[in-house]
Amino acid sequence: MKISEILEISQGSLLTPYANPDIEILGGFAGDLMSDVLASIQPESVLITGLSNPQVIRTALIADVRVVIFARGKQPAQETIKLAIEEKLPVISSDLGLYEISGRLLQHGLPSFEKRMLHAFDSD
Amino acid sequence: MFSDKPAVTDDEAAKITRVEELAYELSVGEVMTSKVFSLRPNQTMREALDEFKQHRISGAPVEVDGKLLGILSIEDMIRSLRDGRIDLTVADYMTADVITARKEDPVIEALKLFVKSRVGRLPVLDSDDKLVGILTKSDITNGLLKALQNDYEAEELIRYRASHLFEDIVSDRSTLTLRYNVKRNDFSHGGAASNNIKKALLRLGATPQIARRCGIAVYEAEMNLIIHTNHGGVLRVEIEPDRITMEAYDDGPGIPDISLAMQPGYSTAPQEIREKGFGAGMGLVNIKSCVDEMNLASSLDRGTNLYMVMHLDKTRHFS
Repeated sequence: MKISEILEISQGSLLTPYANPDIEILGGFAGDLMSDVLASIQPESVLITGLSNPQVIRTALIADVRVVIFARGKQPAQETIKLAIEEKLPVISSDLGLYEISGRLLQHGLPSFEKRMLHAFDSD
Repeated sequence: MFSDKPAVTDDEAAKITRVEELAYELSVGEVMTSKVFSLRPNQTMREALDEFKQHRISGAPVEVDGKLLGILSIEDMIRSLRDGRIDLTVADYMTADVITARKEDPVIEALKLFVKSRVGRLPVLDSDDKLVGILTKSDITNGLLKALQNDYEAEELIRYRASHLFEDIVSDRSTLTLRYNVKRNDFSHGGAASNNIKKALLRLGATPQIARRCGIAVYEAEMNLIIHTNHGGVLRVEIEPDRITMEAYDDGPGIPDISLAMQPGYSTAPQEIREKGFGAGMGLVNIKSCVDEMNLASSLDRGTNLYMVMHLDKTRHFS
């Protein structure tokens, strides 16, 4: 799925200039826990998150994520946008929620990159 | 999805992607021809014909004091010749409804205009609507090639220097050490050191997979230093031709029960850290799955030392 289709399906708007809309995205991950993202996500993917701090961008860069969507209309800090522009990582803001964006993308054929966490420890 | 076309190699794909990227990065102003020959509307078609011949051009914008009024093409010239009216003015035969490009627009926008409108040239206007240049498809091709060439030379030079580092230096054992001081609670820079390490490894010719796995491991280690230490700590990466050794060490408070800390999902991170998206209890687990060797040593009086190794064999070498 191309970035342009993701933009359209998520009803999002680009926060960084000149993203190449033809970049191919292979799968997606939705979540707010960065370690879970790193444990699961494959390269060339979309990361959908409710967080908006610069670590989201740094996590995305480490994991070779190609595009980030900030859900629920969250406007990330200027610092976050600045880092994304510097690193040429396209970021999208969408008014839809994590659940709805994920559902829509899945319905349009973009597979999930979320993996089952083995031996999850119950810390409570 | 399947086609009979020969498969594109990764290398070729990377180059194609770069050209596409450049089409977004380069602006029309950077690739256009800025010394524009232009016509006045009150010149005769005969004068225009002479100008076309003299400058060896097949079209020109028509302007008065920088304000674009139209464009005169060779087709307009032919029409006037067919009518036998080359005594009429440029204003009589020019196309007044002109498609223009903006100087600050990315080249990709101009390419779309060319495809959509099938015109041969686009007059370029600045933000004050003044004519500042003219753009043809060959301007774009030349601009892209030039940018690609510059890009390639710069990157080649850096890559060459970096990847031949070990060959150029004669010693029994050469290593390159990168060191980063990580401060406790410094969330705004969290992950910066790891991203620099990942970039350095790619520069040195590591494969994307190796760079990614090392990146994830040191990123988790970096966040642990930020979240869990008394005073922060140090990330140290030692690069050798056959292995990458990564270490994270601090001076406390130490981990009371290492086997518990290694359990997936076990976390001692406070709520405010979790709200930032960290402290899921997956850090050490992630590290273990990314690197070939991992050793975690900790004592309550001396602090923690995390040791990680990635081996580079023939298939996972520095290229």
